[in-house]
Amino acid sequence: MSTTESTTTDADRAGVTRAEYCAIACADVFRGDGEVMASAFGTAPALGARLARLTFAPDLVLTDGDAALVDGAPPLGARPDSLVLESHMPYRRVFDVVWSGRRNLIMMASQIDRTGNQNISAIGDWARPAAQLVGVRGAPGNTVNHSTSYWVPNHSTRSFVEQVDVVSGVGYARAASAGASATRFHEIRMVVSNLGVFDFATPDKVMRLASLHPGVTVDDVVAATGFDLVLPDEIPATRQPTAQELDLLRTVLDPKGLRDKEVRS
Amino acid sequence: MSDKRGTLDDLVGELSSGMTIGIGGWGSRRKPMAAVRAILRSGLTDLTVVSYGGPDLGLLCAAGKVAKAVYGFVTLDSIATDPHFKVARQSGAIEAMEVDEGMFYLGLLAASQRLPFLPTRSGLGSDVMVVNPGLKTVRSPYEDGEELVAMPALRLDAAIVHVNRADAAGSGQILGPDPFFDELFLGAADRRFVTTERIVPTEELSSQGPIQTMCISRLLTDRVIETPGGAHFTACVPDYNRDEAFQREYVAAAGDPDAWAAFTERYLAVDEVGYQAAVTEATAARAAAKAAKEGA
Repeated sequence: MSTTESTTTDADRAGVTRAEYCAIACADVFRGDGEVMASAFGTAPALGARLARLTFAPDLVLTDGDAALVDGAPPLGARPDSLVLESHMPYRRVFDVVWSGRRNLIMMASQIDRTGNQNISAIGDWARPAAQLVGVRGAPGNTVNHSTSYWVPNHSTRSFVEQVDVVSGVGYARAASAGASATRFHEIRMVVSNLGVFDFATPDKVMRLASLHPGVTVDDVVAATGFDLVLPDEIPATRQPTAQELDLLRTVLDPKGLRDKEVRS
Repeated sequence: MSDKRGTLDDLVGELSSGMTIGIGGWGSRRKPMAAVRAILRSGLTDLTVVSYGGPDLGLLCAAGKVAKAVYGFVTLDSIATDPHFKVARQSGAIEAMEVDEGMFYLGLLAASQRLPFLPTRSGLGSDVMVVNPGLKTVRSPYEDGEELVAMPALRLDAAIVHVNRADAAGSGQILGPDPFFDELFLGAADRRFVTTERIVPTEELSSQGPIQTMCISRLLTDRVIETPGGAHFTACVPDYNRDEAFQREYVAAAGDPDAWAAFTERYLAVDEVGYQAAVTEATAARAAAKAAKEGA
């Protein structure tokens, strides 16, 4: 068996699950931001933020999911009394952080569209919806105040749609039409799904396939997407986890394998 | 100091149909559920309910008390949505004002500061501005010239919050980690109700928790009502956690008319003492069933 630059062996790589690629892709969302508050909804984002904190983003600030900031990166499901608290962060103060821009967020999306609009409010006509969802929550404010990314664990033509039913999180075209105050701090950085990673690095800020998770084909993604994705000539694979990252994921952060229940290989 | 102690009957008697009522707490956390149950038993109707919504809004919708809901979300936390609120929205039974949860905060803050609105970036470009055609923007008078959302004050006829401890004069103490926006709900309201797990002598408040927990001043309170277990089945830490088993029972019952009728008869057609007794009985029955299963 040949060895590679890192200490990850080929055998390890062969055994990397889809959920682990998703966690790695989510971790990379937090690269380069320095001392900001990471908020992450869903298992892969929660693992990604913790991985980033423990490796390449040591200044990242994590929350306990309640009303505190925590030191380090506690494993998923850590007992509250095992956490080391570093600051009080009740909701009223969360808004101070949101509006200051010192935050990087991965939210979930019931629907997401070509220009990066997200919907968690309602399916159908808002006035009398076919399905009332949780509500817009903080999505409108988050998206015009700090970098926002999305996690969609079930990529399909129902979740990746031409136009979302209710614009909760604001995409590029809508921000542009709302004017300079809406675009000033607006960034939809990344969309991570169970099939791949997507960004908006195109001249007209529409969604582009940025990388494919190993085992997924371009045709798989196109078939599961309800709009015309931009497909670059070269589409890389989502990067491999390092040996350290795999070890952190498997033995420290998620020894019970919750990640593989959210996304099956 | 005035003695502001009263009863749930006083609370209901001081409200009237058609009012705009703010309800404190957040999702399925520290909701003034005893007061909500008292409203359910009353003849009050046609209410506008302003809430970081949880089962308070769901129950009030189920009982036909709500004409309009003002919210940023409605969630049971451990269960994503409230089943009754979903039905109310999907059947068109209620009018709705859905805004960003930060806009909601600013609406309460503006009302509590007697301002007509507060400016914010939040809402720009989203459908919040489309589905609420009454929302307007305002241009900065300074050289930046920014155009921002003018979140209107959310004035309340009445507000109800639930806290861990209070004294007879209406100073309230929140012992859990997050005071949410309860102070602002009270500040935004003409008639202010604080329900509490326990009324204690003023001199005992300091021994319950640090000064930061004594966050509701009597300047914000007209009436204080002792309702032990008054946030059940929502969380009221450190006094008690959310009753997850009961919340699941609530959600399951909501999905079936017969089950909901039985739930209503058992838990909602009775007074608060009857409710707490029925909950105690249900908890004991669940524990007995679990023990029997494990013993089998």
